[in-house]
Amino acid sequence: MKQLHFVTGLIIGLVVLVVSCLKLQPAAPAQDQILDGPVDGLTFAQNAQHRRGDAAFTGEIFTKKTGLGPIFVATSCGSCHAGEGKGHPFSTLTRFGQIDSMGNQFLNMGGPQLQDRALPGFTPEQIPAGATFAKFLPPSNTGLGFLELVSDADILAMSDPTDTNADGIKGVPNWNNIPSFITPNLNAATRNGKYICRFGKKGSTYNLLQQTASAYNQDIGITTSFIPKDVYDGVTIEPEIPTNIVNDVLFYLQTLRAPIRRNQNNADVIAGKQLFISTNCAGCHKPELKTGFSTIDALSYKTFAPYTDLLLHDMGAGLDDGYTEGTAITSAWKTPPLWGLGLAPNSQGGQYFLLHDGRAKSISEAIQLHGGEATNAKNNFNALNENERQKILTFLKSL
Amino acid sequence: MKIKYFTFFSFTIISLSTNAQIDPSLLRRIPIDTTKTLLNMDAIYNRPALQAGKLPISLGGYVETNWQHVGTDGVSEGHQFQFRRLSIFIASSISKQIKFLSEIEFEPAEKEISVEYAAIDVTFHPLLNLRSGIIVNPIGAFNQNHDGPKWEFTDRPIAATQMLPVTWSNAGFGLYGKYYKKDWMFGYEFYLTGGFNNSIIENNQNKTFLPAAKEDAKRFEKSASGKPLVTGKIAVKNSNVGEIGLSYMGGIYNKFQEDGLVLDKKRRCDVFGIDFNTSIKKTKTNIISEWAWIFVDIPATYTQQFGNKQRGGFIDIVQPFFKHKISGWDNAVVNFACRLEYVDWNVGKFIQTKGNIGDDLWSVVPAVSFRPNSLTIFRLNYRIQKQRDLLGNPPANTAGFSIGISTYF
Repeated sequence: MKQLHFVTGLIIGLVVLVVSCLKLQPAAPAQDQILDGPVDGLTFAQNAQHRRGDAAFTGEIFTKKTGLGPIFVATSCGSCHAGEGKGHPFSTLTRFGQIDSMGNQFLNMGGPQLQDRALPGFTPEQIPAGATFAKFLPPSNTGLGFLELVSDADILAMSDPTDTNADGIKGVPNWNNIPSFITPNLNAATRNGKYICRFGKKGSTYNLLQQTASAYNQDIGITTSFIPKDVYDGVTIEPEIPTNIVNDVLFYLQTLRAPIRRNQNNADVIAGKQLFISTNCAGCHKPELKTGFSTIDALSYKTFAPYTDLLLHDMGAGLDDGYTEGTAITSAWKTPPLWGLGLAPNSQGGQYFLLHDGRAKSISEAIQLHGGEATNAKNNFNALNENERQKILTFLKSL
Repeated sequence: MKIKYFTFFSFTIISLSTNAQIDPSLLRRIPIDTTKTLLNMDAIYNRPALQAGKLPISLGGYVETNWQHVGTDGVSEGHQFQFRRLSIFIASSISKQIKFLSEIEFEPAEKEISVEYAAIDVTFHPLLNLRSGIIVNPIGAFNQNHDGPKWEFTDRPIAATQMLPVTWSNAGFGLYGKYYKKDWMFGYEFYLTGGFNNSIIENNQNKTFLPAAKEDAKRFEKSASGKPLVTGKIAVKNSNVGEIGLSYMGGIYNKFQEDGLVLDKKRRCDVFGIDFNTSIKKTKTNIISEWAWIFVDIPATYTQQFGNKQRGGFIDIVQPFFKHKISGWDNAVVNFACRLEYVDWNVGKFIQTKGNIGDDLWSVVPAVSFRPNSLTIFRLNYRIQKQRDLLGNPPANTAGFSIGISTYF
């Protein structure tokens, strides 16, 4: 009888265990605490493609056997974009060679990007004598699909090259040449055969396909059907990843959702947002943009809050590294989106690394390093009392 | 058709009659040696086996099968039913001083059938034995003592399988010996074998990963570097205190030349291990622990993603709780156990920020085990695990149950 009780108890215990096992596992973090995940409203097939792209982006580690390098910056996409958030100085990119809109004079010497790491037995690239350079911290990937769909007309509407409203903020798009594998958007604005570009720290990249193919090539040393030249010796070789994987990664980047705001109804956050606008920080960090048409319904005609104008602004001598891309002057930087700013430490090893090269270790420090067209906004911020400044910081951390 | 039936009928009769000739009483079980004169290094031979009559060969093995339901940060693969491995031992005493043992392992999940061990031992003196063949390198303790039924946990220690490359065996030869007097025992092992290759720093794990070298089956035929991997271990045991082992394994890992052309400088991989096990007589508590440090020469121009220093280990505490006749099993034992484990795959600081590199993990695994006999174990484990990425971002939290059965046969 005791044995029967023992066996019965054991069976009941195991059944309870199996049924309840989910309850004893870690819960998913709140959606507003993480940056990855697809936009709402994708179809089943689109979700599947997003998942494939995710696996290639975050899971595929390149090795010598699969085409890595031989000179490179990182071994995978995920190495630079942990959790899809802002990058860490460990994976900082260095670009060199171009000082004005006349183009990069060092392309035949390995420019524009420095591959500062190499497989054993190979020597990493060195910055050629006479070339200027700048370091770029990897940006967050979230919401890129929305930014890609802002129309050129909307970007031009935000531009104020002659500062007609006399607020000190001009803002110009980066007109740049685009590679032959890129098809310009319908209704794309052009000037002297150049197009409005919007991705990258200097805003010199046209769209996410160019960004993806360039990153595979320049960051990892992987050739694709779009950029078949090996980064080491410039020889055209067979694609080291199939085009469908590039397309999956592209789709993944296009359909990564935008960061979800936190504490939006907090009084300090609300007050901070008003102060952010009244100090004219929002003159460049535009609170609201909208997308145009997309074949992906979930992205079509959406209003979103990236806190950027996708324009170049002269940020002053303090942020002039003497290097540029496209038609940007060396002290000009594209307004970085501020969405996801509050979650940056979760992808930067627990602390902030802000501005284009991560030199600012806090939001306050980043603000103080603003100059040029942002001088007035910075002065307005500094003129606030401590309590008001804190409210702006609280608001920024809610993004 | 008639021929088919006849053939089938004949085959069945022959098969049955053949079976009838295998008298179970002729199968002699060779039990595990439980005397106190054993060291961890004896685990290779100290396994239960069956011998049929006067056949010079004994057979044995073990099997491990699991169910688990584990989740990480709200994402779970659901119910997973796993057949982890089937290992078969074949041993033979060729003469009084020459013996042979092999262990062949089937791991369906890895689509792998591997000869983990196949060595000839020649005894000249208890302190001088020659071993040659495919040898399990004696780094730490777990590598040589990895049989599923011996452990209270469904998973092997993470430091052993994801940092050290358990089960790590290579072709080679070497010497070993033992000496004991009263309560004291001393053992040593020294082997020269094939070793690692470039894959330990060129792999899809994005970290320095010694287990990647296991994927190269050619290592049993050809050493990548052409230089021997040296493995040595000394162990001292006092039957009242416990056993401590100090081990080393190292050598050139990279293919630094090919066809006489120098491709790279010679790069070393060195592993140091310490292991300790004891049994507290008063409480009958068993403690098993192991810690290892790994140093790998990595080109300064490579990426810090691949660490040049690693460290990690585990400690198992096993407390017998209940020993009784249960459901027909005499001397069945219920144990409570707990494993604490830690691995840091990249010890050091970032060049760019001087901040600590992450890429580490710690885990706690409370367990209940039921041993109906000395050969079989039923295990219930609950894993709590935190793992940080290279940058040291907030850890991924993993937890879940596993239930497993493992038995020698």
